[in-house]
Amino acid sequence: MTHEQAASSIAERFPGARVEGATPLVVDVPVDQWRAFAQFAKDVLGCRFFNFLSAVDWKESGLEVVAWLDDLDDKLSVTMKTRLAPAPTSASATADEEGGSSAAPRCASLVPVFRGANWMERECFDMFGIVFEDHPDLRRILLGDDWQGHPLLKSYAVDTPHPPYR
Amino acid sequence: MIDTSAPNQVVVDYSAGERLTMNMGPQHPSAHGVFRAILTLQGETVVGVDAVIGYLHRCHEKLAETLTYAQYPTIASKTDYVAAMTSEFAYVLAAEQIGAVEVPKRAQYIRVIAAELQRIASHLLWLGTWCMDMGGALGGGATVFLYCIRERELILDLFESLVGARLLYGLYQVGGTRYDLPAGWAQQCRDTLATVEQRLVEYERLLEDNPFFLARAKGVGYISRQLAEDVGVSGPLLRGSGVDFDLRRKAPYSSYGDFTFAVPVETEGDCFARYRVRMVEFRQSIAIIRQALDGIPEGPISSRPALKSVAQIRMPKGWAYARVEGPRGEVGCYMIADGSPKPYRMKWRGASFSNLSVLPHVLPGHKVADVVAIMGSVDPVFGEVDR
Amino acid sequence: MAIKAPVPVVPAPVWKSFKDLQEFEALRQQRPEGDKHSSTFEALTEGIHRFPGGFVVTTVADGFLNWARKSSVWPVTFGLACCAIEMMATFASRFDVERLGMVPWASPRHSDLMIVSGTVTIKMAPMLERIYAQMPDPKWAVSMGSCANSGGPFRHGYHVVKGVDRVIPVDVYVPGCPPPPESLLNGLLLLQDQIAHFRRTGQRAAPNEKVD
Repeated sequence: MTHEQAASSIAERFPGARVEGATPLVVDVPVDQWRAFAQFAKDVLGCRFFNFLSAVDWKESGLEVVAWLDDLDDKLSVTMKTRLAPAPTSASATADEEGGSSAAPRCASLVPVFRGANWMERECFDMFGIVFEDHPDLRRILLGDDWQGHPLLKSYAVDTPHPPYR
Repeated sequence: MIDTSAPNQVVVDYSAGERLTMNMGPQHPSAHGVFRAILTLQGETVVGVDAVIGYLHRCHEKLAETLTYAQYPTIASKTDYVAAMTSEFAYVLAAEQIGAVEVPKRAQYIRVIAAELQRIASHLLWLGTWCMDMGGALGGGATVFLYCIRERELILDLFESLVGARLLYGLYQVGGTRYDLPAGWAQQCRDTLATVEQRLVEYERLLEDNPFFLARAKGVGYISRQLAEDVGVSGPLLRGSGVDFDLRRKAPYSSYGDFTFAVPVETEGDCFARYRVRMVEFRQSIAIIRQALDGIPEGPISSRPALKSVAQIRMPKGWAYARVEGPRGEVGCYMIADGSPKPYRMKWRGASFSNLSVLPHVLPGHKVADVVAIMGSVDPVFGEVDR
Repeated sequence: MAIKAPVPVVPAPVWKSFKDLQEFEALRQQRPEGDKHSSTFEALTEGIHRFPGGFVVTTVADGFLNWARKSSVWPVTFGLACCAIEMMATFASRFDVERLGMVPWASPRHSDLMIVSGTVTIKMAPMLERIYAQMPDPKWAVSMGSCANSGGPFRHGYHVVKGVDRVIPVDVYVPGCPPPPESLLNGLLLLQDQIAHFRRTGQRAAPNEKVD
């Protein structure tokens, strides 16, 4: 499938999504259609290769989740993006710290569609605090289970002390 | 069922099963780095794996937001530290894509030569450590390890005369490369390639005529094509499972389109298939380097030479995802720039991170002894996994 | 009579920031004990040494035991990151350490030396302490590479320990990123010199003593 065919196919099936670009095809998906779009990309567009999933902290504009899918045979690449609520500031975060707090930004998990999303979403949870709904095992992956804070948020200082080690 | 008619007969029944949780801790002699696998065993068979990573999480992505485009490439080499050239390549390509920076042809050829030499060196280390894991450090495994390190040292000598460092370099720079090929380097490179090519034949005979090696590698660690694409593995794992995808062929970067080379694909999907893919990749890399040395043009090595201050390079607002075919698979750098000398967000798509995440799907059903063989053929480097 | 281990006398460094200095001073107060001492054994050897003519016995014993210890230092393979690759290159054919008597051994229970090669992260630090504690005395530690010396290029990362000497006591620091095998061999030979000056079969030499 060429990217023009893919763009028109997306436009008729997901009118709320904004499509731009050619290589890759960048699609801005509303957050409630996130998993449906991934399933559509896998089944209809043929993008069966799950490349990566990550997030960006745009401060007041919110957190953005980015996923990159590939169709290895046709060289079609699709970048899915969606915008979530901004990360909770430290004032509201101290109120409820446990995972799944109401203040944490939420997004649908892609694990039912792509098995590779498992570790990628755990990393986004670890680094940004995004809670992925229906993830089979959402816990921290890179940092220890008792780590406080989500480091890749812009509000977290890179040189945060952690006595006695640093 | 106990037969009470013959009171001296005792029937022992293990069908209820006893599961044992075994920790393959972050320090183990398997020589792959800091990785913890909590294995659930039923007898000798693995029934579950909980892979714990993060013991080498060095905050690359956060540090990249504090370092400029001129400072970071040296740090980038520490992600995939066994193949440092390809790690730097991805970062530098991403910055150049955002800024639409021209790279001179000579620099592109030098980049290709360095990347392919690095692929040969990385595969030599992979072969040595994989065989050492399967054979034992004091047993026969050390044989292939010492032979491969001997060849790898020749290639590291080449790097030392080119860049000044053996393992972690700063060769790649936004706009080109930092160093040019010294006098006599091309001839030394050709001699080294001839030696490596000849010795590879010896290693293949040594391994493939050995029934123990074949028993430990054939039929072990099967990754189906569907699983490979679903999880996102790349590199020799993907090509060993029947998918013909190599970024140097499908999305050529840095004038890879000028060279003729074959992309090996095997359909079996087991450890032996991945081994065959890597052995063929050795020969193809040698061919690419020879073509590059023959055809390298004269010219400048960088379009942004003479870096005077670390904040000299600024990238305009934009984003890019640059992908490079590293020895372990697709190494990618997703970068968002905002007009300042430092990136706004930089994510490493590590080949080993995705490759390693296939382990919980592949290991169950294998024996404990196969765990080491499969991990070796997956070839993780934990700088890339934990970043 | 109780024998106290010598307190390291480190010349005052030049500090760039006051916060670093405060941190360092606080850590020095709580630095864990190095080798364990048996005061009975040390009282015995001290007694023999003080006896007229007894110094011959202790000096000869020192010379013999130190030669035996330094000629057979077995490192535990504790590769963490990039320095591990250079450590493996040092153990391999071109820069062989087995000619110095060092057999890399995976089990800490059977090793004398821990070469910390690579960045120590906060998640890994307790594991490192545990492995070091599992090594029997006398044991030594070599900090290889700038990450193990001080945190290295990742010093400002939130998950990086600023040097392995915040976790275990270190005997030799080998600088480099990564140190080429020649540097590591230099460090290991310096360690052998340090071991040669182990006094009274158990007491470390004073740190700034002139070694010949």
